Amino acid sequence: MATSTPALSTADLAREREFHHPLAVLRRLGRNKIAVAGLVILLGMVASSLLAPAILPYNPNAADLDNALHPPTLAHPFGTDQLGRDLLTRVVYGGRISLLIGVIAVALAAAVGVPLGLMSGYYSGFFDLVVQRVMDVMLAFPGFLLALTLISLLGVGLTNVILSVGISSIPVYVRLIRGVTLSTRELTYVESARSIGMRDWRIMLRHVLPNTAAPIIVQSSLQIGLAILTAAGLGFLGLGVRPPTPEWGTMLGDAVNYLLSSWFIALFPGLAIFFAIMAFNLLGDGLRDAFDPRMRVL
Amino acid sequence: MTGGFVGFAVRRLLAAIPTLFGVTLIVFFMVRMLPGDPARLLAGLLATQDEVNRIRVQLGLTKPVPVQYALFLAGLARGDLGKSTVTQAPVMYEIGVRLPATALLAATATVLSVLFGVASGLIVSTRQYTSTDYVVTVLALAGISIPVFWLGLMLMMVFAVGLHVLPAGGDASPLSLILPSIALAAFSLAIIERQTRSSMLETLRQDYVRTARAKGLAEGWVVYRHVLRNSLIPVVTIIGLQSATLLGGAILTERTFSWPGIGTLLVNSIQARDYPVIQGVVLLFALTFLVINLLVDILYGYIDPRIKYS
Repeated sequence: MATSTPALSTADLAREREFHHPLAVLRRLGRNKIAVAGLVILLGMVASSLLAPAILPYNPNAADLDNALHPPTLAHPFGTDQLGRDLLTRVVYGGRISLLIGVIAVALAAAVGVPLGLMSGYYSGFFDLVVQRVMDVMLAFPGFLLALTLISLLGVGLTNVILSVGISSIPVYVRLIRGVTLSTRELTYVESARSIGMRDWRIMLRHVLPNTAAPIIVQSSLQIGLAILTAAGLGFLGLGVRPPTPEWGTMLGDAVNYLLSSWFIALFPGLAIFFAIMAFNLLGDGLRDAFDPRMRVL
Repeated sequence: MTGGFVGFAVRRLLAAIPTLFGVTLIVFFMVRMLPGDPARLLAGLLATQDEVNRIRVQLGLTKPVPVQYALFLAGLARGDLGKSTVTQAPVMYEIGVRLPATALLAATATVLSVLFGVASGLIVSTRQYTSTDYVVTVLALAGISIPVFWLGLMLMMVFAVGLHVLPAGGDASPLSLILPSIALAAFSLAIIERQTRSSMLETLRQDYVRTARAKGLAEGWVVYRHVLRNSLIPVVTIIGLQSATLLGGAILTERTFSWPGIGTLLVNSIQARDYPVIQGVVLLFALTFLVINLLVDILYGYIDPRIKYS
């Protein structure tokens, strides 16, 4: 399977580096209206999550059984849920939980997956073989099933949701970074670094890791969206964060029982998940186009 | 590295064996990693002490771990996955009665997503930058961002609760299949559409397509004869990858529509801590996915003669 990559000249690499200059990337991203739309949705979500207590008059967990399942009104623009809690408030506070889960789970996956992928691609041989077989086994639990299996072992709760979603995202990073490393380590500047006796870990940090930055950024944007989706799926099955914590998937899981009478309780939390995932997808696609339209992510 | 296609297929098969063992190891260690007595976990909380002891002996839980694993594999080979702690029925039976429902749902969703995904991708690729192209692109974007369970709820609300034209759940009538399969198919359909479109556009730019046009072939013939086959190779890969999404999504879809399949069984078992059933269903999902991957790999080697059999 050994594929040789034609060595790039130093001039090529200089151009590559210029191509990836952060300011140039940001400029290209800014010209992409669709990606900017994603970014705007995202910033709106982050801002409303942070400012939730200041902009909303209700407590997300304050029950008011006299007003349970009330359709949208001026006082409750999204209506109220089965315990009379304000749905708009819960959807906004739910954004905190979902963003938190998405970002931390993906950071965790990258923190484990990137070093493993780097070493796996750089050293090849036995280490690579072992890591790849372990990843094969993890990937054999298709998609959502890996996170579901993990949560069934760990038990519900915020920390365990983050762990389950994070661990199930590790293989993506290992595969991605290994691929980039395999092609980078054949480049002439890596060869010359080795020939002057630079240590392996320094070559990996100084010469290989920077090449993985763009794919990591693009993949992470797409991956946070996926992590939010997975966490919402766990919540929907009643295996997410513990009640009464407002979480979008859990809210939808509760809504199933009230679908006949109260459409709004299923509509708004779902719309929130939809827009959050779409924002990360748009941003991810836009970032890829801004870095390099031919970049392969998983 | 010769051996041709058959050798390639055999090598792929052999390469899947370590993964298969890894999967059985994980499922084996699942209950043993949990705090508490594995015999008690596998017998259920309501089981008598005699029952717990019987399971302890049966699974050899007093013996060394490698022996336990060998016993576990021997059980698997006989199709013995233990008994449900809830119903006391064999796990194989619990899975067997629900498997057809899941297979039907997954197969219908696969057919829908491949058929409409490839068709819409083909149509828009020959109409780039037209309004059709934009509408389909926006729909595909929505399709990859919409959670399967929420799409299911919305479809249910419109067609079952609102219009009363389709059943909201269960599998009482053949019509019950429609909403769950649409919900499950949506994501993969969108992914397949995007891959088909970009792959077609890429091929349409090739020199040999220009040559075909230059020598006066009708556009329909050019697309059919020169573009289609070359474009569909990456699409096959994507379809294989989508089987993971479909299998995982089936669990959520079944739950949404109370579809009596193994996804519902798995979720109920997790909530009831019915570990023998959890082990069985997880194992089945992983095995199914491995087999599908293997088939796609082999098919891929078959349709693309440029693949080096190594």
